[in-house]
Amino acid sequence: MTRWLSNATVAHLRRVAEWPDLGATKYRLIGELGRGGMGTVYLAEDTALDRRVALKVVATAASAPEAAERMLREARILAGLEHPGIVPIHDAGALPDGRVFYAMKRVDGQRLDALAGTLPLPERLRIFRRICEAVAFAHARGVIHRDLKPENVMVGSFGEVLVMDWGVAKVLSEAAPPFSAAPNARTGGGTAEGTVVGTPDYMAPEQAEGAVEGTGPRADVYALGGILAFLLRPEPVAPKPLDAAVAKAKARRPEDRYASAAELSAEITRYLEGERVLAHSEGVLERAGRVFARYRAAILLIAAYLVVRTLLLIFGRHP
Amino acid sequence: MSKPVLGLVLGGILGVFDGLTAYFTPEARSLLLGIVIGSTFKGLVAGLAIGFFSKKVHSLPWGIVFGLAVGLFFAFLVAAMPQPSGKHYYFEIMLPGAIVGAIVGYATQVWRGKRLETA
Repeated sequence: MTRWLSNATVAHLRRVAEWPDLGATKYRLIGELGRGGMGTVYLAEDTALDRRVALKVVATAASAPEAAERMLREARILAGLEHPGIVPIHDAGALPDGRVFYAMKRVDGQRLDALAGTLPLPERLRIFRRICEAVAFAHARGVIHRDLKPENVMVGSFGEVLVMDWGVAKVLSEAAPPFSAAPNARTGGGTAEGTVVGTPDYMAPEQAEGAVEGTGPRADVYALGGILAFLLRPEPVAPKPLDAAVAKAKARRPEDRYASAAELSAEITRYLEGERVLAHSEGVLERAGRVFARYRAAILLIAAYLVVRTLLLIFGRHP
Repeated sequence: MSKPVLGLVLGGILGVFDGLTAYFTPEARSLLLGIVIGSTFKGLVAGLAIGFFSKKVHSLPWGIVFGLAVGLFFAFLVAAMPQPSGKHYYFEIMLPGAIVGAIVGYATQVWRGKRLETA
C-alpha cells in the first residue's frame, strides 16, 4: 500500500491509528496537541456542551497501571485546585480500551518558554506574579507542583496565565500548615522515597536528591526562581534587585529561600512599584535613582515650582 | 480619603504656601493676609475640580494637564482682579498657579485611597 501513498501520508495514518477510540464517550477527537512521558494530549470536542477541550489520555492501557493511577491522581488534584491560574478540569473517566483520560480546559495561547522573549520585562514579571499566585494557592491547599518550568505555563490569548501539568505534584498531609517549608510533611502518595521527579534546571537540591519527605513548598519556590531567571534572560543586563531575588529563591538550603511563593511574588511587586527589593541591599546612589524614578513626575513638578518662584523673586515685577 | 477631598486638602495647603511666598517680596508684605486668603480659596476650588476630574479620568498625563489648565484658569481670575495700582501681574501669578495645579493633578491621579503608587 505504501507504494501508492507518500511517506507523510503513511506517517499521518500511523499516528491516527494510535488515536484513542472515543466512541463510547461524549468526546469527538479532532487532533493531537502534544505528547508527554505519561500520556498524550488531544484536542477534542465535547459534543454534549458543544465546546472544545483538551483530552489527556494515558499512553497505554494495560502496560502501565501506575501511569493510569498517576493520571487519576493528577485529575483529582486538579479538581481540588479551583483557581484562575490553574487549568480547570471538566471530566475524568476510562475509554473502552481501559485507558484513563481526563478532560480539561483547552487553552488558546502560547507556552511561556515560547512567548517570553517577545514580551517587555514588566509584562514578563506580571506573568511571573500570576504564576506565583497560582502556586501559592496550591500550597495553601497542601499541594506542591514539583515540576514548575516555563514549558508548564500557558499564557492565553486574553492574557490569562495557567499553570499546567500537575502530574508529579505532591499532596502534603492535611495537617501541614500552608506556606511553610513543612520538612516533616507526609506525602499523599505518588512518589517513592529516592525517586527523582522534576526537570533538572528547575529542581531544588533536596528534590534532586530524591528526598520526597523533605521536599516542601520551598522546592517550588526554587523552581519559581528558575522561571524568574529564565524570564530575565532576554535582558542584556538583568536588574540587580531581580538578580538578588533569583539568588534568594534558588538558595541551596530551603531555609535560605523565600518562605513562600506569595513572599516571592510580593518581592516582584515591590520591584515593579519602585520599592526596595528586600533581598537586595542597595547603595545610596542606587536608592536615590530608584526613588527619583518612582516619583519622577512629582519631583520634577516641585522642582519646576521652586525654580519658577525663585526666578520670579529675583527677576519678576513686584506688586 | 477620596480624590476630591485630597484635591481640596492639598489644593488648600499648597494655596496657603503659595500665598506665603509673598512674604519674600517686601513690597507685598502689607498685603500678605489678603494674598494668602485669596490663594487658599483659589487652591481649594481648583483642588476640588481637579479631584473630581481624577475620580472620573484615570490617566496621569491627563490629570497633570487638567491640573495645569485649571490652575492656570483660576490664577488668571485672581490676576485679572482689579488692583489699586491698576497693574496686573498675570505672568507672576499664573505661572506658579499652573504648576501648583499640575502638582495637585499628579497627586490626585496617583492617590489610591490607602497609599501612593508609582507614576
